[in-house]
Amino acid sequence: MTKVSMTINGKQVSGDVEGRTLLASFLREDQRLTGTHIGCDTSQCGACVVHVDGKAVKSCTMFAIEADGAQVATIEGQAAEDGTLNAIQAAFQEHHGLQCGFCTPGMVMSAAALLKENPKPSASEVREYLEGNICRCTGYHNIVKSIMAASGQDVSAIAAE
Amino acid sequence: MYAFDIERPATVAEAAAALGNEDAQALGGGQTLIPTLKQRLASPEKLVSLTGVAEMQGITSNGGTLTIGGAVTHADVAGDGSYKALSELASNIGDPAVRNRGTIGGSLANNDPSACYPAAALASGATIVTNTREIAADDYFVGLFETALDEGEIITAVKFPIPQKANYQKFLQPASRFALVGVFVAVTADGVRVAVTGASNEGVHRWTAAEDALSANFSADALDGLSVSADDLIADLHGSAEYRAHLVAVMTKRAVAAAS
Ligand SMILES: Cc1cc2nc3c(=O)[nH]c(=O)nc-3n(C[C@H](O)[C@H](O)[C@H](O)COP(=O)(O)OP(=O)(O)OC[C@H]3O[C@@H](n4cnc5c(N)ncnc54)[C@H](O)[C@@H]3O)c2cc1C
Ligand code: FES
Ligand code: FES
Repeated sequence: MTKVSMTINGKQVSGDVEGRTLLASFLREDQRLTGTHIGCDTSQCGACVVHVDGKAVKSCTMFAIEADGAQVATIEGQAAEDGTLNAIQAAFQEHHGLQCGFCTPGMVMSAAALLKENPKPSASEVREYLEGNICRCTGYHNIVKSIMAASGQDVSAIAAE
Repeated sequence: MYAFDIERPATVAEAAAALGNEDAQALGGGQTLIPTLKQRLASPEKLVSLTGVAEMQGITSNGGTLTIGGAVTHADVAGDGSYKALSELASNIGDPAVRNRGTIGGSLANNDPSACYPAAALASGATIVTNTREIAADDYFVGLFETALDEGEIITAVKFPIPQKANYQKFLQPASRFALVGVFVAVTADGVRVAVTGASNEGVHRWTAAEDALSANFSADALDGLSVSADDLIADLHGSAEYRAHLVAVMTKRAVAAAS
């Protein structure tokens, strides 16, 4: 076992991991941060996306040891302390950007990374950025709409579907 | 996954020493290796992570040559822009999360027959720099998932002579997000080079008949009448060998038309 330390959502944590422990397993099983979901475990679906040092990564395809010393952000840190949703989360709620919700943590974390890079993306830029995030329920339309709305753009012309 | 230890060396020398052990394997961005380990298709005793090696980071441009560290991510190459066709290629690999972790060294070491970077390296006449030597791209790609690298040899950098004009056209295989067929065309001082990925059972290769035609006349029309034999091309549920042969010609024409 190796001791790793990292900052998760602003809080310093540490734990003992094996070489093969994935960051996703460390977050879910060791830290009990089960908001990060494992959909495929084969790097395809994006349900496990978190930020490591500000960059979106698939936590099922990175070892916990590689995040030693890093700043990690997960879905649990997106809302304010008192539970107030951030702009992206609120827009998903308002615009029906989720159905079962399984893909949503990854969608929100990918969206946050996108809006940091590109604060006013076009609909096609949103779709392109979400290439690695798969949703089995919504048909993506309202996810794209939610992210456009979260970026402060007028989405009234985008029909609900 | 079977159990293994992970080392995180800070220098190439330390990494090479750690890889001296027979059961050790290099870990780049892990975007190919971690799925392989999960399937238990590899069982190293030790992984040597290269992402913390400072000498393998950074992109520098000098006298028409772009040198990219072996551990530079696809996202960083995409953001660089000094070799436009290469940055565009990097910006279309997989998805953003894959690009934030995957590295150029890992892609070239793996030499997947459908990967994008091998086509860029071969068409550009790049040089693969390792901890022990420099290998010309023409000598580097040996076959399916096979390269000239020795056991434990580390790609520390890749040197790209920036062509006068170049373009990469990828026909996306939407499930894997790799190339179903990809063609990289580069106009260099020594003539035109055309490299094809995704098509052959032998992996990335040059299409010399197209190179000759394009060196004489760099226009899509110069390719009229040229075709690729379907013998030895990949045939799978995504496309027959004949379909891929057809795509090679179409993608080459598109790359010529788009080259800048
Ligand atoms: C969903 C998805 C989509 C993808 N789409 C594409 C695509 O469109 N086009 C494409 O080209 N690729 C694609 N890839 C593959 C991706 O580009 C990988 O990042 C790349 O193939 C491997 O790089 P890595 O740094 O992740 O290497 P790793 O997975 O860490 O390693 C791969 C192999 O290379 C060895 N290795 C790693 N670094 C070095 C080094 N510096 N020197 C020597 N050996 C080394 C390892 O030992 C291992 O054998 C995709 C991957 C995924 C998961
Ligand atoms: S669980 Fe990580 S990509 Fe699907
Ligand atoms: S809301 Fe169910 S998978 Fe996306």
